[in-house]
Amino acid sequence: MDSSFFVAAVYAGTPLLFATLGEITTEKAGNLNLGVEGMMLMGAVAGFGAGLATSNPLIALLAAMLSGAVGALVYALLTVTLRANQVVTGLALTTFGAGIASFAGKSYTGKIMTEEFREFFRAKSIPLLSKIPFIGDVFFNQGIFVYLGYFMAIVLGIYLYNTRKGLNLRAIGENPSCADASGININLYKYVHILIGGALCGLGGAYLSLVYVPTWQENITAGRGWIAIALVIFCKWNPYLALFGAYLFGGLDIIGFRIQSLDINIPQEIIGMLPYIVTIVVLVIGTARESKENAPPKGLGNAYFREER
Amino acid sequence: MVRMIKRADITKFKSISIRIIAILGALIVAGLFIKLLGHNPLEVYKSMVLGAFGTQHRIRQTLIIAIPLVITSVGIMIAFKMNFWNIGAEGQILMGAFLASFVALNFPALPKPLLLTLMFIAGIIGGGLWALIPAMLKVKFDTNETITTLMMNYIAIKWITYLQYGPWKDPKAMGFPKIADFSQQGQLPKLFGIHIGWIIAIILVVIVYMFLHHSKKGFEITVVGQSTDTARYAGMDVKKVMLSALFISGGICGITGMIQASGVARSLSVEVSAGYGFTAIITAWLSGLRSIVIVPVSILFAMLLQGGSYIQTAFQIPKAAAEILQGLILFFILGSEFFIRYKLIWNKKSSKEAK
Repeated sequence: MDSSFFVAAVYAGTPLLFATLGEITTEKAGNLNLGVEGMMLMGAVAGFGAGLATSNPLIALLAAMLSGAVGALVYALLTVTLRANQVVTGLALTTFGAGIASFAGKSYTGKIMTEEFREFFRAKSIPLLSKIPFIGDVFFNQGIFVYLGYFMAIVLGIYLYNTRKGLNLRAIGENPSCADASGININLYKYVHILIGGALCGLGGAYLSLVYVPTWQENITAGRGWIAIALVIFCKWNPYLALFGAYLFGGLDIIGFRIQSLDINIPQEIIGMLPYIVTIVVLVIGTARESKENAPPKGLGNAYFREER
Repeated sequence: MVRMIKRADITKFKSISIRIIAILGALIVAGLFIKLLGHNPLEVYKSMVLGAFGTQHRIRQTLIIAIPLVITSVGIMIAFKMNFWNIGAEGQILMGAFLASFVALNFPALPKPLLLTLMFIAGIIGGGLWALIPAMLKVKFDTNETITTLMMNYIAIKWITYLQYGPWKDPKAMGFPKIADFSQQGQLPKLFGIHIGWIIAIILVVIVYMFLHHSKKGFEITVVGQSTDTARYAGMDVKKVMLSALFISGGICGITGMIQASGVARSLSVEVSAGYGFTAIITAWLSGLRSIVIVPVSILFAMLLQGGSYIQTAFQIPKAAAEILQGLILFFILGSEFFIRYKLIWNKKSSKEAK
């Protein structure tokens, strides 16, 4: 079997993975941040700008994380401290982030990174693991950004399910007043995790502008931030499942090009609808399977106010 | 030590002044930003206002932008009243425009009043049905409507693009991918130099106001929005209320599509919605879901958009600056809500005593 399609699916699914992990972190703290698209765009433009200015990949990544986190900070300030409506705040963040990216990116059109810079993100096979037939090709012959994705998913999984702090975080998302009573600093936890979530979304955006595209484009995320929000539900708020979901959608993202090269006569626009239609279907299936395990954090979307218990 | 106390009530004057302070705050932050770009913020703001209202022609342009914002906001508001976060207006506008165009392109020779009426109805049906899909998913499976309505936007955009490049491509356009222009009968007439969409907008605002405040159906929507349990207890069919309200909400957005296609573009393209579906979310929310307030707020935002494209030519400030300013205004207003709901009390004495 030809592995090239699956290689490309992992490659295309990586920005979704980062954004999904970011949103899982945020939602576990009980906050629904619909600003993923905005934070991704902010990360994409900041990463690209910093990359152009310094030609240093690490600084570019840091800038992307920082700028995603700044977007998240505005969101946190409004929803945690000022208890603003989370849905509207998230939408505002998307408008704002899109504006910032389009504004700052104006001068980046047509520019490309130096050769050394791009070399940093090129595929590098991992010894031994890349020798496994098929799996080695698909998963262990990728760029460093893709490996970072695996690493982040596993770290977040261990953090959520196997550490004290992860348990506290989940408690906040489920029942903030109980968590508060047990002495957890709710606002601190919320702030930290919303910011980490934003930084991850920023990384997802930077992957698009630095590795996947890799030049500057207006609206470079093309709705991936929203697909990531749906993926969180599909993956039942589980970082390990996020790996699977993100690569599945990565496959859907590129299937259009594949079908075209096969000379099957379906218009490009109709195939282009696939990821969005599948997102809706997945969402319906995801919410229809009712069980305690699959349910969203109970406190999701509600502002917590100690005095109002 | 700062304590927060929920306000029992707040005077209208106070709540409005808090909001005005918030808008000023947003303008100041944006002003600092403009300053960093090396421009004089006051000059930029001044030319934004002049760019939107400076001449009769510019006022008309601004109002032409305000029309779709008013109508779409009113439509979105009905869904928001039920806590149904319909962010699919963009797609509903496009699908309304699609069905209206279908009528316009297939029956171009009908008498003008008849053709426009049919297009109007087609617009309502197109937008309404497009909103009904996520509403049914919500009612049946409790699917998150924010994401489904948004995904429907992308599907609608792809659909119109498909028509434009495929079956509806105008053979007379010499290979250029565009859909044929409507016949003269399919174009909205003008009154005072602006297409009559503005009259439709005013009528809709009044109708929706009456509907929400003085009709049984409108009352049901408000109750469902406040508490589905209460609504159920009162014997309302919550699902039915939700479905019919979403059809109305999407249908009104579909009217925007018909007006934009017939009155502005005189044809169908993805540009018909031009982001109005998203901006209208902001305007609907900023007006506190009150239909009358939507009018001034929409005109203000139309000014931002029109003035934004003006400063692009005057100062070479990218158009996206208007988008950033919109986001900032929204952030500040969102933050200011807190000070409308809560009172801060600085209590120095008690904190000393506590030590």
